[in-house]
Amino acid sequence: MTGGRPLLEVRNLVKYFHISGGLFGGREGVVRAVDDVSFAIHRGETLGLVGESGCGKTTTGRCILQLERPTHGQILFEGRDLATLGREELRAVRRRLQVIFQDPYSSLNPRMTVGQIVAEPLAVHRIVPDPVKREARVQELLGHVGLLPQHARRYPHQLSGGQRQRVGIARALAMEPALIVCDEPVSALDVSIQAQIINLLEDLQREFGLTYLFVAHDLSVVRHISDRVAVMYLGKLVELADRKALYDDPLHPYTRALLSAVPIPDPELESRREHIVLGGEVPSPLNPPAGCVFHPRCPIAIDRCRAAVPELREIRPGHWAACILA
Amino acid sequence: MGALLEVEHLTTEFVTRGGVVRAVDGVSWDVREGETVALVGESGCGKSVSALSVMRLVAAPAGRIVAGRVRFKGRDLRALSDEEMRRIRGREIAMIFQEPMTSLNPVLSIGRQLTEGLEIHLGMTPGEARRRAAELLAMVGIPDAERRLRQYPHQFSGGMRQRMMIAMALACNPSLILADEPTTALDVTIQAQILELMKALSRRLGVAMLIITHNLGVVARYADRVNVMYAGRIVERGTARELYANPRHPYTLGLLRSVPRLDEPRRARLDPIEGQPPDLTRLPAGCAFAARCAFRVERCARDRPGLVGVGAGDHVSACWETERLDRALATR
Repeated sequence: MTGGRPLLEVRNLVKYFHISGGLFGGREGVVRAVDDVSFAIHRGETLGLVGESGCGKTTTGRCILQLERPTHGQILFEGRDLATLGREELRAVRRRLQVIFQDPYSSLNPRMTVGQIVAEPLAVHRIVPDPVKREARVQELLGHVGLLPQHARRYPHQLSGGQRQRVGIARALAMEPALIVCDEPVSALDVSIQAQIINLLEDLQREFGLTYLFVAHDLSVVRHISDRVAVMYLGKLVELADRKALYDDPLHPYTRALLSAVPIPDPELESRREHIVLGGEVPSPLNPPAGCVFHPRCPIAIDRCRAAVPELREIRPGHWAACILA
Repeated sequence: MGALLEVEHLTTEFVTRGGVVRAVDGVSWDVREGETVALVGESGCGKSVSALSVMRLVAAPAGRIVAGRVRFKGRDLRALSDEEMRRIRGREIAMIFQEPMTSLNPVLSIGRQLTEGLEIHLGMTPGEARRRAAELLAMVGIPDAERRLRQYPHQFSGGMRQRMMIAMALACNPSLILADEPTTALDVTIQAQILELMKALSRRLGVAMLIITHNLGVVARYADRVNVMYAGRIVERGTARELYANPRHPYTLGLLRSVPRLDEPRRARLDPIEGQPPDLTRLPAGCAFAARCAFRVERCARDRPGLVGVGAGDHVSACWETERLDRALATR
């Protein structure tokens, strides 16, 4: 999976949002949603991107999908900088970058049948212009995601949450994508359904050689599905490593606290486990702390952490962490 | 320890366009003094409606408690007048909800929302209530109480709002708190803070708790006893240790097996529960889980299994095939 040119490269991505005072003259400022983030995703791999709300993981995904224009930095897809592409070229590239959202209900048109929802991109992008062949392709796609032919005539509200997420996956698959950004794809689903969808995503990856950026906050799910994992905090990438290295030997104190906060479904083990409970809350990205953004909550912070911004360093081969004490 | 709250054969129905939905179907459970009990299950299993029924907060006319008894400290809550029930709510039994913003009044200051209950329920003077409110904020870990009391809910973060809800719940020294998905809307590190806080306070103050959640990890960390619900019924109950170590209902076993766990080697493939949860307007005559169950036999579609004793510590399960489940577990 490694070696060769990565499918996607994110270089020094920065995304700031400007907040105006508004009607009531509120606080003006700049939200540093993503602040100098770099990583690469190789063909056929799954990169997990984890962090808590407001850490910038969703904005990073939206920048990759060209739904947000980066403030600085580059996004290279198959070696080409997306910012330099013309309209037609960009259109062709965007087809191959698809997304699956957290809440399929709000991303499916309630007035369209499942068949129409999956057929629409095939028609609009002229992937299958012939209506009869298109119908057949829709049936084939529904089969790939584990839906039955008769589901094509149903409306989203007639389906369960898990079935709606399958429709969202079929629609993404219709575009024959190379990379799918999965933005919290199972967090709105019931526990018994989550495993079904995760297995489906893994099967499709194998069958169609897909590459995933898997954005989520559930660390157990991310460990299961990812080959490598990136951890974000307050707009910064704080750790990036192979799955095994990250979970067995986390180097950043934030990653350690995150892992310790996940309750394990075993009362015996839980009663013996030591928990690192972080004090305080994530500071506002409007006014991030100086030095290491994690230092106000860090259990091992020293004076130097307040002054200098730690660089993301390769501490062991393939294992990167942004902590001067790592 | 005696039973503080006893729910017997509780049945709650809702009239919908699709027909009558029996959201809670003859369930019995109890909470003893000072303990933490969990109601676990997925959306639509009836866990939240159970708690709302206890508080008599099921919205009429669509929703209605049609049968059962709810005894709190020996008093039948269903027989109380509205006025008597209002005195129970907040003062003796408090409730914490998933999304604090929807249960806080956005136009009242934090201080006013805390003092209101103290003045009404405990007859405190405004000055006394103010002092107690500051004390409560400090107790739930909100620093700088005097300034915070003058602020409004939108000036609080999600974690702070949930701390504020806990302060409101504790205000009148209740003996029972019903917490409905108290940390589901929160980030992992904040969830850990809030749960630790709830656990510490319930120990220190001796408050009993009912935690309603879908998160098996949260239950394992915090509950003494667990009730697993599926399609309006309790399918298994036991002490947390017994139930996790030795699940005796195929649904409980399926839930435990379907989640990836950080403490175990990564599995090549997850073991999901196949199929979809049933439509509550068209429940089968027999076991509601039968259609998705790997252990089902012919009888399951026909006869509804009742809860029967299956092991130590009042461990009960509603399954015809408990013994076969056992053998399957033994050969795992």
